[in-house]
Amino acid sequence: MKTFRLLTSAAAIALASALSAEEPVSGGTLNAVIQPEPPGLMLGLIQNGPTQMVAGQIYESLLRYDTDLNPMPSLAKEWTVSDDGLIYTFTLQDNVLWHDGEPFTSADVVFSVDTFLRETHARLRASLVHVDSIEAPDPQTVVFTLKQPFGPFLGIFETGTMPMIPKHIYEGTDFANNPANNTPIGTGPFKFQEWERGSYIHLVKNEDYYIDGLPYLDEIYYQVIPDAASRAVAFETGQVDLLPGGSVENFDIPRLTAMDNVCYTNDGWEFFGPHSWMWMNLHEGPMTDKNLRKAVMHALDREFARDALWNGNGNLANGPVSSVTRFHDPDTPDISFNPDKAREYLAQSGYDGETLQILPLPYGETWQRWAEATRQNLSEVGINSEIVATDVAGWNQRTGDWDFDLAFTYLYQYGDPALGVARTYISSNIAKGSPWNNVSGYVNEEVDALFAEAAVQASDDKRQELYSKVQDIIVDDVPLAWLLELQFPTIYRCDLKNPVSTAIGVNDGLRDAWLVQN
Amino acid sequence: MSAFWSRFCQNRGAVIGLIILTIVIICAVAAPFLFPRSPWSMVQRPFLPPFEMDGLPLGTDALGRDVLSGLFHGARVSLLVGLVSTVVALAIGIPIGALAGYYGGMVDDALMRFTEFFQTIPSFALAIVLLAIFQPTLSYVILAIAIVSWPPVARLVRGEVLSLRNREFVEAATLSGQSNLRIILQQVLPNALPPIIVLASLMVATAILLESSLSFLGLGDPNVMSWGYMIGAARTVLRTAWWLSFIPGLAILLTVLSLNLIGEGLNDALNPRLRKRTS
Repeated sequence: MKTFRLLTSAAAIALASALSAEEPVSGGTLNAVIQPEPPGLMLGLIQNGPTQMVAGQIYESLLRYDTDLNPMPSLAKEWTVSDDGLIYTFTLQDNVLWHDGEPFTSADVVFSVDTFLRETHARLRASLVHVDSIEAPDPQTVVFTLKQPFGPFLGIFETGTMPMIPKHIYEGTDFANNPANNTPIGTGPFKFQEWERGSYIHLVKNEDYYIDGLPYLDEIYYQVIPDAASRAVAFETGQVDLLPGGSVENFDIPRLTAMDNVCYTNDGWEFFGPHSWMWMNLHEGPMTDKNLRKAVMHALDREFARDALWNGNGNLANGPVSSVTRFHDPDTPDISFNPDKAREYLAQSGYDGETLQILPLPYGETWQRWAEATRQNLSEVGINSEIVATDVAGWNQRTGDWDFDLAFTYLYQYGDPALGVARTYISSNIAKGSPWNNVSGYVNEEVDALFAEAAVQASDDKRQELYSKVQDIIVDDVPLAWLLELQFPTIYRCDLKNPVSTAIGVNDGLRDAWLVQN
Repeated sequence: MSAFWSRFCQNRGAVIGLIILTIVIICAVAAPFLFPRSPWSMVQRPFLPPFEMDGLPLGTDALGRDVLSGLFHGARVSLLVGLVSTVVALAIGIPIGALAGYYGGMVDDALMRFTEFFQTIPSFALAIVLLAIFQPTLSYVILAIAIVSWPPVARLVRGEVLSLRNREFVEAATLSGQSNLRIILQQVLPNALPPIIVLASLMVATAILLESSLSFLGLGDPNVMSWGYMIGAARTVLRTAWWLSFIPGLAILLTVLSLNLIGEGLNDALNPRLRKRTS
């Protein structure tokens, strides 16, 4: 209660001097929630959500991205691209030090990308196949030479995709078992201090950060609170002041955001562009019938799902590319909720009353309710279905083994169709066993060719043309049922200013965040 | 029969229990006629409080589904699970108990150790494990409940048979050359029936509670509207829509209570001497 009063008085003071005092001030401790507890903080080895959220303050990459996905300087202060789109030259910041005091140079960049991450980071490796060579002509300059133009290349310099790893610590060692993994050393605005397993992760200000005055915060505590209801209570009682997106259940969000002195934002997920859909099994069974797929698509009342289950947060997806991802085409064939149209398609299909198996995503209440609403939507137009009960392991297995008719999921898009969209639709990415590839089993040679061509264009106009075309084709084929562009609001005490200023939100935004002092 | 009935009616609680249970049974039978639409239909805006709109006296849940319809259809599921799982448990427990009690010796030891094996595992934990292994469909839920609830039946029947098998009428039957199976079925078991009936009525109540607890934890059949499911789905909105948990909770309470009262009444009615002694 004391904290709470302290905060209210802080808010009152802030309000009183609001007009004059919007200048950032240094100092203060931020308590944030981290959910679930990360398996480790060495960002070059582990890239799951919570790791990125904490380690994004410790490690940096060459670029950052604003909420429109435009590149901004980070460890690279400037960069040039040759006219043919083949040579990218980065000039590094001056006076950057690793947390242990060693200078950061272009040799670290070459080591990180060419040696370390090429070995450990599958998603980056897939993009690096387009890279012919990485060279460091002098300590301040790095030159990437590509084999052919690769449109999304400037989009892979994000912290979670390409974190800079200290060469002097890792060169020649067994990366996965290096004892330094427990005490991560980066160049970022905050340094690793302590990790009390099961309790909290403590980061402190990097006094030698290369931008004078940054960061503003003195320290950050990431509190580990395993239970969703307890996290909400911790925020209500003032134990924590920042709830990153996804840390509380959806139905708690209206209650928390209605509290005094609480702000929230849906920004800060643009790079990820979480896009939800239902896989349809095109390998075998009733969903191989295109008319049935269209019937299912038109039967889904996605607006209701958004309003009832997601508190009105999120946009109705209009196809494979999220509206926050580059090259989104707003004008795709109609897939809106229309029961009459659904019944028409159903009548034309060969559907014979089979019971479709719906696999819900085992990520809590919202998804379970969503599956129930979907089953009801389908029954209204005359399609029988049943929900298969499953846990996370079972979901992974069934999805990977194509043991479903419809299966809920959501995936990140990483800002560019070549990075996060093509993988879901190209036929070369069909492989049993993984729930993250082209699980539906969609095969369309034209789509394959268009994605391949669009990825290696140097011109954005040309890419837009190709991607618009491929979006139309895919939406017409309905290889899966698009649902919502998800939004995960970041909820925070209004005393915390500017926590979200980039496309990955609080993952790297706390550098510029500050607390109103009383 | 009329003596039985009058003894049953002497227990006022038992009569009340019977009335409540009758109402629940009527609800269950009438559900498809009163609410022909599926209880999963989303009929109105979500979180409509009770008594606010005509036609939806108990309001709607998180997806705008009619709570009253869910309650009626849930009664079917609860009663079905309670009855069928009890029948299955009796079908397992009675033969094991009867054989153990009648034959004694090695057979008794073997069967009772087997029974104890099940008894030592907490029944709820075992039910959860069984459902994690099976698919949680309604039939497996029933099977899991039956598997965890038969051991008391076996022990009870064994005790009864043990005390009956040395009575004169059993010896007479043996002398007259009846087979063991016939003696068990025709002589011993009918006389052991009263306590089994009482136990069975309580088992139905326990089974309903068990199914509700499993559904509450999300281990029930996700395609079946049951009271436990309704509470489990509403638990998270307890602070904003308490009635969504309260109403089905009340239904479970009343049904289980009624079955317990009836069990007590049956006990009085079937054991008149015991009744007289205690009163």
